[in-house]
Amino acid sequence: MFVNKLKVSVAAGLLSAALVGVSLSGGSASAATSCNTAKSAAACGGMSALIKAAKKEGVLNVITLPANWANYGAIISDFSKKYGIKIVSENPDGSSQDEINAVEQDKGRSSAPDVLDVGTSYATSNLNLLAPYKVATWSDIPAALKDPQGRWFDDYGGYVSIGCNTKIVTTCPTSFAQLTNPPYKNEVGINGDPTEASAAFSAVFAAALANGGSFDNIQPGIQFFATLNKDGNYVPGGSAATAESGTTPILIWWDYLQDSIKQALPTWTVNIPTDASYAAYYSQAISATAPHPAAARLWEEYLYSTTGQNLWLQGNARPVELPTLVKNGTVNKTWLAELPAAPAGTVTYPTLAQLATAKNTVAANWASAISGS
Amino acid sequence: MASVVADNIVDFELPMVPLDLTKRRRIHWGRGLILWLAAAYFIIPIYAALKFSLQDISGKFSLSPITAIPSQPGLAAAFFLSMRLAFVTLAIVLFLMVPTMIYVHMKMPRFRRFMEVVTILPIVIPPIVLILGVLEAAPLWLKSSPYLLSLVYVVLAMPFVYRSLDSGLGALDVKTLVEAARSLGSGWISTIWRVLVPNLRSALLSATVLTLALVLGEFTMASLDLWETLPVWIVDFDQTNAHISTAVAMLSLLGTWALLTLIVSIDRSNSRRRRRIRAS
Amino acid sequence: MKIPSPLSDGTSTPSGVDDKDRGGRHITGTLVRSLRTSVPVLPFLAYITLGLLVPTLVIINLAFRSDRGALTLSNISTIVHGGEYLTGFENSIKLALATSIIPAVLGTMLAYAIAQSRFEFLKRLVATASGVLANFGGVNLAFMFVATFGANAIVTSWLARLGLNPWSHGFDLYKLWGVAFVYFYFQVPLMVLIITPALNGLRPAWREAAENLGASRWRYWRHVGVPVLMPSVLGSTFLLFGSGLSAYATTEALTGGTIAITPIQIGAYLQGNVISGEEHIGYALGFGMIVLLLISILGYVLLRARSSKWLQ
Repeated sequence: MFVNKLKVSVAAGLLSAALVGVSLSGGSASAATSCNTAKSAAACGGMSALIKAAKKEGVLNVITLPANWANYGAIISDFSKKYGIKIVSENPDGSSQDEINAVEQDKGRSSAPDVLDVGTSYATSNLNLLAPYKVATWSDIPAALKDPQGRWFDDYGGYVSIGCNTKIVTTCPTSFAQLTNPPYKNEVGINGDPTEASAAFSAVFAAALANGGSFDNIQPGIQFFATLNKDGNYVPGGSAATAESGTTPILIWWDYLQDSIKQALPTWTVNIPTDASYAAYYSQAISATAPHPAAARLWEEYLYSTTGQNLWLQGNARPVELPTLVKNGTVNKTWLAELPAAPAGTVTYPTLAQLATAKNTVAANWASAISGS
Repeated sequence: MASVVADNIVDFELPMVPLDLTKRRRIHWGRGLILWLAAAYFIIPIYAALKFSLQDISGKFSLSPITAIPSQPGLAAAFFLSMRLAFVTLAIVLFLMVPTMIYVHMKMPRFRRFMEVVTILPIVIPPIVLILGVLEAAPLWLKSSPYLLSLVYVVLAMPFVYRSLDSGLGALDVKTLVEAARSLGSGWISTIWRVLVPNLRSALLSATVLTLALVLGEFTMASLDLWETLPVWIVDFDQTNAHISTAVAMLSLLGTWALLTLIVSIDRSNSRRRRRIRAS
Repeated sequence: MKIPSPLSDGTSTPSGVDDKDRGGRHITGTLVRSLRTSVPVLPFLAYITLGLLVPTLVIINLAFRSDRGALTLSNISTIVHGGEYLTGFENSIKLALATSIIPAVLGTMLAYAIAQSRFEFLKRLVATASGVLANFGGVNLAFMFVATFGANAIVTSWLARLGLNPWSHGFDLYKLWGVAFVYFYFQVPLMVLIITPALNGLRPAWREAAENLGASRWRYWRHVGVPVLMPSVLGSTFLLFGSGLSAYATTEALTGGTIAITPIQIGAYLQGNVISGEEHIGYALGFGMIVLLLISILGYVLLRARSSKWLQ
């Protein structure tokens, strides 16, 4: 499942350490056209040359792309129809680690995956498995959300948001500051354990930003939840189930995942907090040993075209080039309206080093700050 | 031989305390209270979870979360993966433990003390520590296979399998049985298969039931090894649809229970029939 | 009075088998013979070595390595000097004690009460239910209790209507005692499961004999029941202790990491951090748990020796 990726994207560690040590035995053996190793469409003679090479390959192997998530079902069928390239979708419910394993184990087979959609940490810890490539709209992807060499680049994601059941809560909170209000006693939850789950960890990071912290200092976020707990507003152990059952009628979670609660609970409303904008994304990557290297490159060009970006938007995921689409007026306004309003201004992102430090701080201090022992 | 297949086989079944008809029946208030409190403690949470899961969008009672189960993506794969792991685990653990324990009971009784201590360890060593050690130590080809989990589950199942078999063997005169069979010209394999296994049926059954329950419920190791078994699927799917995932969790709990009770009941009625045939 | 109970004295040999090497005068001959005798248990030993010993040694080794692989004591000293890790161990021990001693008592009572029942089918249901519930836990268990005993949940509101809202009388599902209360859901069935064979060893005939000889109920339990059951009860309690110490998915789901217990801290380091190179602290915590278990095994052995003396 897609959500599985989210969980395991923070939960790498084990196998990846072993996998990093394995080096590749060289590049692709059959470099028939330059498109097979091109680092951009221009480098192999422009889009038309790339399309020609990809059509000649005729097949694209994708992996762990569930049809009902981020609109991948529509994206796959539209790409197939547009270019006449058959897409073989393997293991749709697999995890990020499954993708990495498949690249490793299927190396040299025609069934090996061509393109990956993984948690960023999986890409950064397996750089040697990935081919560098820069899509035409490369400059529209914020620098913090891509590898400078193009071995991975973020695709879609969303903001930390506050969901709320209007059947139970009369006025939905729209900021972290409001969460401390007395009427929210016994109502506020975050999805999961911030020492392990990325969604919950991000909620703490967002709270830090709202309370005078920074990417270098997550402590105010921990402090915020400690205060919230002391006042009796915070309910530990939140999840989609506790949100739906009414135990945590207010739940802090990724905006694009809150949608699953909304489907079971029409009275569920989602707001991105006005006092903190914290966003995170998944990453695209091309396998260095892709059996269909040109089709893989064409796939990325397609995903980062206006069509591809808008299709993700239709699936309630926030495409990484959304600000550009909005600026250029090429965004699909209906689909955009379904997303909770994002805060104005540029979003900034923590570096991987800042993330690591913050995670360690949370792991060390979360329990003692909340339970006071 | 029939005398050995007697009712006093120490068995997975709870002990039978015969009804003493000659004495006045005491009314056991304390006992009744314990049973009712236990029943409430164990059943009400299941009721609460079912009540939550069986709702439609408007919050009314509905069976739609259950009818929606078969079409959920990934569920069938997770279910069959769990089943495959369960049976592979069961095969390995019985193949490893049954001959070893028969032998130990016959020839090396002092080794039992060692086995007893060693087979406690898998329960006491935290699964999270054990699986991390396994993942560090296992070769890559093994690590990429889900059956690595089966190999580890065998270790986890040992405490239960050891205890079941030890009780079963303790109630048998293994040496006499084996010597009798051997002197009648039976080979080792057929002695084990045709003489000891039938006599150990209850113990084997209990080992089977416990092993299946363990594999079908294990979460920590499967999740750390990144395989989507049924318990892992349930947790992951909680983020997609909490009603359905809770419904699956409750069904898998009750279903496993029903399945195991069925297995045990079939065995009971079979053994009763066999006993009757022998008696006639 | 040896009985074939699961955790009784392992040397009991009801079938009267005796392994004394009667003819072993020559030491080398004995050695060769005992080696040859051991051959059939080699697969078991090999399995235990690969499946249990090697992984444990790997963890111990990693606990003493820096992230560059050099030998170091710094991981251990981080733990000893980091207050949160000691709190984790303290909470884990408290939780394990509470969820072993109480369920041991409750489980034994329950198993005995079931044993006295006349309904065969009930016994069968309880036996299989114990097997299933002893392996149940994690997110679903946590949610079941939130939906039952949470602040606005079913049982809470029933009790509140009677004027007995447990939450206003100091009950908190998300604190250590609340977690312990949830653990009973798998610890009590585990106890029922492992103590039942020992109760089987308590032959009704003994009790009848005692009654025929005019012994009171109390005297029967003091001189027969308790001495027979004691080793099994102690052994089972120890097993529960280990299980309570190592369980973690339930606590994590229930409390969202707000209660520090060692397995959650291990999980945080080994699952949560890909980049930091701090995994070794997780391994060191794992090593700490192994040491803790060795100490408790020692305590258990001593306790058993003491109790068998007391019972004589």
